[in-house]
Amino acid sequence: MSANTTTITPRAYLQAQSRWHPLEIAFWLATLLPFVLFPDYLSLASQIAITALFALSLDIILGYAGIVSLGHAAFFGIGAYTAGLISKFGWGDPLSGLVLATAAAGLVGFAVSFIISRFRHFTLIMITLGLGLLAFEAANRAHWLTGGSDGLQGMSIWPVLGIFKFDLYGYTAYAYSLAVLFFVFLGARRLINSPFGLALRGIRENWVRMPAIGADSRAHIRKAFTIAAAIAGLAGAVLAQTTENVSLESISFQRSADVLVMLVLGGAGRLYGGLVGAAIFMVARDQFSGIAPQYWYFWIGVLLVTVVMVLPNGILGGLSHIYARWRRK
Amino acid sequence: MSGPKYDDNHGNSTTMLSPIFGVLFDGIAYGMLLFVLSVGLSVTLGLMNFVNLAHCAFAMLGGYVTITLVNEFNWPFLATLPVAFVAAAIVSVALERTLYRRLYRASDLDQVLLTIGLAFISVAIAAYVFGTTLQPVETTEVLRGSIGFFGLDLGKYRLFLIGVALVVTVLLVAGLEYTRFGAQVRAAVDNQRMARGLGIDVDRTFASTFALGSGLAGLGGALAIEIVGLDPNFAFTYLVYVLIIVSVGGLGSIAGSFAAAILIGVSDVAGKYYAPELGAFLIYLVMVAVLMWRPAGLVGRR
Repeated sequence: MSANTTTITPRAYLQAQSRWHPLEIAFWLATLLPFVLFPDYLSLASQIAITALFALSLDIILGYAGIVSLGHAAFFGIGAYTAGLISKFGWGDPLSGLVLATAAAGLVGFAVSFIISRFRHFTLIMITLGLGLLAFEAANRAHWLTGGSDGLQGMSIWPVLGIFKFDLYGYTAYAYSLAVLFFVFLGARRLINSPFGLALRGIRENWVRMPAIGADSRAHIRKAFTIAAAIAGLAGAVLAQTTENVSLESISFQRSADVLVMLVLGGAGRLYGGLVGAAIFMVARDQFSGIAPQYWYFWIGVLLVTVVMVLPNGILGGLSHIYARWRRK
Repeated sequence: MSGPKYDDNHGNSTTMLSPIFGVLFDGIAYGMLLFVLSVGLSVTLGLMNFVNLAHCAFAMLGGYVTITLVNEFNWPFLATLPVAFVAAAIVSVALERTLYRRLYRASDLDQVLLTIGLAFISVAIAAYVFGTTLQPVETTEVLRGSIGFFGLDLGKYRLFLIGVALVVTVLLVAGLEYTRFGAQVRAAVDNQRMARGLGIDVDRTFASTFALGSGLAGLGGALAIEIVGLDPNFAFTYLVYVLIIVSVGGLGSIAGSFAAAILIGVSDVAGKYYAPELGAFLIYLVMVAVLMWRPAGLVGRR
């Protein structure tokens, strides 16, 4: 955001934003590297892609519309359990499973969005926390359906498009997760660089003033929340299908908190923020978990305090700040 | 209910009724514990709109101070309570001066992130120093056992808990109503700008209130060991209860917190006794329903 953005028309601004930067193309090419360089870590890469998708969904409501949610894992879990149950009861086709799970999470998200759009600030944080905990308790108590704390067992997923079987090494899993992430990212990029995306940013900056220039804040928040819930459900469904198992952890507060940490670490309100944050977080957790699993959260805590105090816009925000200063010289 | 006839066997009727009264008594005692834990957060949230998710980390600190003093230095349980209060207050003020104060005007999100980060750190430190197991503590002889009361067994410790909470309430209400400091706090809660305009040092008032609130949390943490035990996850397990009470009761309202604490305490104990299959479902539902009905809480004004 520099001074020249104020002098150009909104249409020109949006067009400038939606042009592909060489760095972006390099980023997506780099996501193919694990196939060649780290074939032993493909299941981790697949987890990263799924988590990045989940972080992207949170970014739409938190980074762009400014809605703080402490219960976003509820939608991730709904998607995961829907995909899991469909395959458990005999329909193992992955792609139609994704569509159904996305629709289920989107429908619940649409219903919840009527509550969400009415509240702000502390009350909103508490309501999202409460709804997230309710979803967790519901999944925990419905042992007959979800398997409770034992996890949902007995899924069987058919090969993708009838050709690609999910193998032990994670080739298919990573290709599948990455493809879903990429196509959703294209959609999200289109959405954010549209007038609707601009209106969301307006709501984040001033919730009261937006209706005065003709953008109904509540209707916009409902739409954005529904979309974010559907994407979160999609991420959950991909996780369920690639791991052939759904644990209670997928709907827990821990997951809501983790995704928030990743997004903020990478940089909220930037399309790549969640992706970068998820990659750093997951790789770091994978590296450190062997050393001291229970002290992992000490470093997460230190990281959070540091990011809030020193890097208010996350890693990408810091980098783009340095880049802007370097270009001015 | 086809209960026993009252006129022919009085003794039997009380034993029939005692589960209800027992649940009510335990629920109120539990609610009083939750009140001591949460009232500080309610006041600081109402005063500064600062979302402090590390509140229960201060409670946990108080709890571990008590455990260390009792188990390592053989202090009597009651003597450790003031130390738990002071320790939590001092640590909280140190953090307030260094970290919290910079974020008073920041967004909710930044406040949530900073304080969740501090809570994570506290959990890891507690796990490192004290291990992850539940810590036992020996209370004083006087507080063990129970008193018979019309056929009811009232635990002495729970009676003590109710007593402490009532004393805290009376002191807080009196302090807020009749002292100069209390008047400044009320003025700042009601209208911070106006209070600043009148020359009240709101930042300093807040620092003192913050210390007081965290000290009470530390006291609550020390008192909680006997009832619910203490492990490093305390900072998160009870955070949910505390937030529920604060948001249901209304920010900045002592009476609201008191009422909400009893409501949540009794519904939690009753839910566990009569409908264990519901688990924590009931209190989450109570919270979401109350917030949707009255977004500012039962007694809240904003």
